[in-house]
Amino acid sequence: MLEHIELFFKSIFIDNMVFATFLGMCSYLAVSKKVTTAVGLGAAVIFVLAVTVPLNWLLDQYLLRDGALAWLGPEYADYNLSFLSFILFIATIATMVQLVEIVVEKFSPSLYNSLGIFLPLIAVNCAILGGSLFMQSRDIQTLGLAFNYGLSSGIGWFLAILAIAAIREKIRYSNVPAPLRGLGITFIITGLMAIGFMSFGGMLTGGDEAAPQEEVVAVAPTQEVSGLTADATQQDLTQKENGTVQEETPATNNLINK
Amino acid sequence: MGILSKKDAALILDPLADNNPITIQVLGICSALAITAELEASIVMAVSVLFVMGMGNVVISLMRNIIPSKIRIIVQLVVVATLVIVVDQVLKAFAYELSKTLSVFVGLIITNCIIMGRFEAFALANGPKRSFLDGIGNAAGYGFILVVIGFFRELLGSGTLLGIKVLGDPIEKTGLYAFGYENNGFMLLSPMALIVVGIIIWVQRSRNPALIEEN
Repeated sequence: MLEHIELFFKSIFIDNMVFATFLGMCSYLAVSKKVTTAVGLGAAVIFVLAVTVPLNWLLDQYLLRDGALAWLGPEYADYNLSFLSFILFIATIATMVQLVEIVVEKFSPSLYNSLGIFLPLIAVNCAILGGSLFMQSRDIQTLGLAFNYGLSSGIGWFLAILAIAAIREKIRYSNVPAPLRGLGITFIITGLMAIGFMSFGGMLTGGDEAAPQEEVVAVAPTQEVSGLTADATQQDLTQKENGTVQEETPATNNLINK
Repeated sequence: MGILSKKDAALILDPLADNNPITIQVLGICSALAITAELEASIVMAVSVLFVMGMGNVVISLMRNIIPSKIRIIVQLVVVATLVIVVDQVLKAFAYELSKTLSVFVGLIITNCIIMGRFEAFALANGPKRSFLDGIGNAAGYGFILVVIGFFRELLGSGTLLGIKVLGDPIEKTGLYAFGYENNGFMLLSPMALIVVGIIIWVQRSRNPALIEEN
């Protein structure tokens, strides 16, 4: 139970798809002009991720990974089909999206009207494929955890697009420097939000692993930094944000120097 | 440009500047941001996308008359996925460390919107030669931005370029470090990639006011 809760909050805040790993940025930028459409797309992403990640987990577990075919008989135990995972995952996703679209259209026209137009967009959203690939590379253990991972990653993405859409609706009334209008300022705001989300890195201090939020960038220094952010929760919450930002720079430098 | 007509040359040159996939068309952002902490990774990513896009555009363009339009998305995905598997296996065989750094982002070339976008917008309606040029041009425009981001993030973040210490040795205090210069470790963290892209967009649009968006 505890690991479920941990994974849930970790995927929403610390490993947030948009702010920590930049997944699904294309639709995040393109569909965030209005809050209502952003909510529609966000809901569709939650739904599709919660369906495809467990499905792909089953595929990975019983078909793709090293020795996964052992259930067919001992002579198949040596096969490692993991090089096929890209094509199988994307095929599953595309098929599921089509299927979901047809089913929703048949049984709930009103839901289809609000959600349906986003579904074809989602087949090629990197957040969906990324969810499955991260599920594979992070070695998620059970089907329940895979479902949890898909659902909570989706919620994280939903939160991100909701926040940026709300900010963009407001920023229309501000006097942004002309060359930055539209896309430019959205990038910079997302960057600032990502810096803000880094402070969530301190949420999980009790666990045995300290928030590997930067493993995508995969350079050694950043992982140390997340460890450092984790320590920072010991301090007062208000001090934390200032503290981490100031401490990070010298710490990273020292590591690079090595 | 003896070999290419003016129109064909424009296919390659336009995406490099005024119709850049990342800064103008807003496609393929995900990978552009996540792997640009080092210049080397950015270059490898750019080359991989160049290969996938050039080849993919040719394949789709050759098949454009026999693909039923209802299932074209899945056909496109299968073509890209096959090419990406080739890239991934080659990287794993010859540059294992690098493929670990790129991790899932090689796989995410499949859902890179530039590729699907060009298939839809160009390869399905044009012959193989023009599609190939279009693919190369767009991938080059994408790669160009990637390399620029990677250059600044690695130079300012760790003081190296392709792993070579260009600014002097930070421990021995040689070069710039002798004057008290410090690396900005913040550049290595993911949010800075977004801000660097924002600045590139700013510079580009200041130079060419025609690109400025309505608020």
